[in-house]
Amino acid sequence: MIEFHSVTKRFPDGTLAVEDFSLVLPSRKTTVFVGTSGSGKTTLLRMINRMVDPTSGSIDIDGADIGTLAPVKLRRGIGYVMQNSGLLPHRRVIDNVATVPMLQGTPKKKAREDALQLLDTVGLDRSLANRYPSQLSGGQQQRVGVARGLAVNPNILLMDEPFGAVDPIVRAELQQELLRLQRELGKTVVFVTHDIDEAFLLGDQVVILRTGGLIAQVGSPAEILANPADDFVAAFVGADRGKRVLHLESHSDGDVLVDADGRLAGVLAGGTSPSAAAGAQTATEETAAPEVKAGPFAESGAPAQGGDPR
Amino acid sequence: MNYFADAVAWLFDPTNYVGSNAIGNRVLEHLGFTLLTLVFASVIAIPLGFFIGHTGRGRGLAVGTAGAFRSIPTLGLLTLVALSVGIGLTAPYAALTVLAIPPILAGAYTGFEAIDRATIDAARAVGMSAGQIVRKVELPLSLPLLMGGLRSATLQIVATATLAAYVADIGLGRFLFTGLKNLDYAQMLGGSILVILLALLLEGIFTVLQKLVVPRGVAAGRPTDIWAGFTKLAR
Ligand SMILES: Nc1ncnc2c1ncn2[C@@H]1O[C@H](COP(=O)(O)OP(=O)(O)O)[C@@H](O)[C@H]1O
Ligand SMILES: [Mg+2]
Repeated sequence: MIEFHSVTKRFPDGTLAVEDFSLVLPSRKTTVFVGTSGSGKTTLLRMINRMVDPTSGSIDIDGADIGTLAPVKLRRGIGYVMQNSGLLPHRRVIDNVATVPMLQGTPKKKAREDALQLLDTVGLDRSLANRYPSQLSGGQQQRVGVARGLAVNPNILLMDEPFGAVDPIVRAELQQELLRLQRELGKTVVFVTHDIDEAFLLGDQVVILRTGGLIAQVGSPAEILANPADDFVAAFVGADRGKRVLHLESHSDGDVLVDADGRLAGVLAGGTSPSAAAGAQTATEETAAPEVKAGPFAESGAPAQGGDPR
Repeated sequence: MNYFADAVAWLFDPTNYVGSNAIGNRVLEHLGFTLLTLVFASVIAIPLGFFIGHTGRGRGLAVGTAGAFRSIPTLGLLTLVALSVGIGLTAPYAALTVLAIPPILAGAYTGFEAIDRATIDAARAVGMSAGQIVRKVELPLSLPLLMGGLRSATLQIVATATLAAYVADIGLGRFLFTGLKNLDYAQMLGGSILVILLALLLEGIFTVLQKLVVPRGVAAGRPTDIWAGFTKLAR
């Protein structure tokens, strides 16, 4: 369990990055800090492994004030994954993963064996073990970064926009991997992102931040979606624009979910509708999905403008 | 071509290979002088460059001083030092050390500067101590540019070391100054050829060394011009 007690961080240049921040991050759950750029997410994250020290307030891990712990030792017990992998360019993949265990005195041979296992864990082929980071794709590098973060078998894993620099398809893949890993390993994950969809997908607890590390709302994704605390949160999660209000649209190709702007949002689980299968209906005919709030077009019965995705 | 033939004849004349003025002797003196000067300059410039690179402190001062050092005419400095400390080896060692410091400083410093800050930050974040970061990250990654600085310094010293013979009885410069005094052009040209050969030899050695120290995995796309980063900062 990680606890922030009235933590404030003012940088030497006067920037107030985090102000009077208090929060409990439960063990074995994923907490996501989400907010726009400059809202203090990274600063909050880096205070957990003392890469940044608070100006005032304290942070406890499992009841111990980390301000009293030696930073180097603390960091070796906490996994850290950053946006552009941060791998050592002059070391092979396997040695990158084995770096910290070897610093802690694990014999080289054992550290490398463990590293190979970790490559399996993060879904990387072992044949990549002897490559250098520059010889990997962005997505592969991030996987190595995760493997390195897991190498000391830490209880806590800090992730700072780890999937921010990869393309959407790879990002979706990595997100699913992380969910799988988290199911298997049950770490206390602290995840930073500016992408609200990613936050809702990965977070057990989502923390929406305003500038200055101020908490706009904390809760499960469902709580936040159902009851945005204020206009700021509503705007941030896209509820005000009707982005979260979906309705069903029937096409000859099948049923799709469409948001209030008529943009394609997804499909309902369970396959194509009978009407589409029969092919007897008109090309676009709408039915309001029962379990989602109806959008404006659902009532009008008129074909949605731009109902054709993009 | 006549002078050249004479110079070659001089180079192969067995009588030039005996005594204290023997060619072999002078080559070794020249080489020894060059390497020792390189050591002097390195002892000053490498720690200084690493300190600046690692901490980012004293950058402006170093760039300015190195720039000023570069523009000092070596012969003038040599004469000046010789006038104050007298004839002998002190003056050429001092003058050439001053000449060699800027490229080594630039190499050491830009080597550090060229390392991606995110790499160092990540090394710190996973739990490397300050000493481990210097040894395991900053040193290996800065070595190629440092080696470039050493190479550039070495070539400058080996060529300019001929001037040492102006105030001391040392090195291949003896042949040039003696030849000039006696209008013995064969000896002058022969001496020059030896300096050139020595420079080429050292250049070859450094080419190999520089290849060897580039960490695999960063071989592609690395800046090798030590002055690139330096002059950019100076502007
Ligand atoms: N080392 C620093 N020195 C001064 N200001 C900083 C430093 N690091 C971050 N900041 C400032 O603190 C604020 C929060 O930054 P950060 O935590 O990186 O935000 P985020 O990760 O949410 O984009 C920003 O205004 C940023 O400019
Ligand atoms: Mg950030």
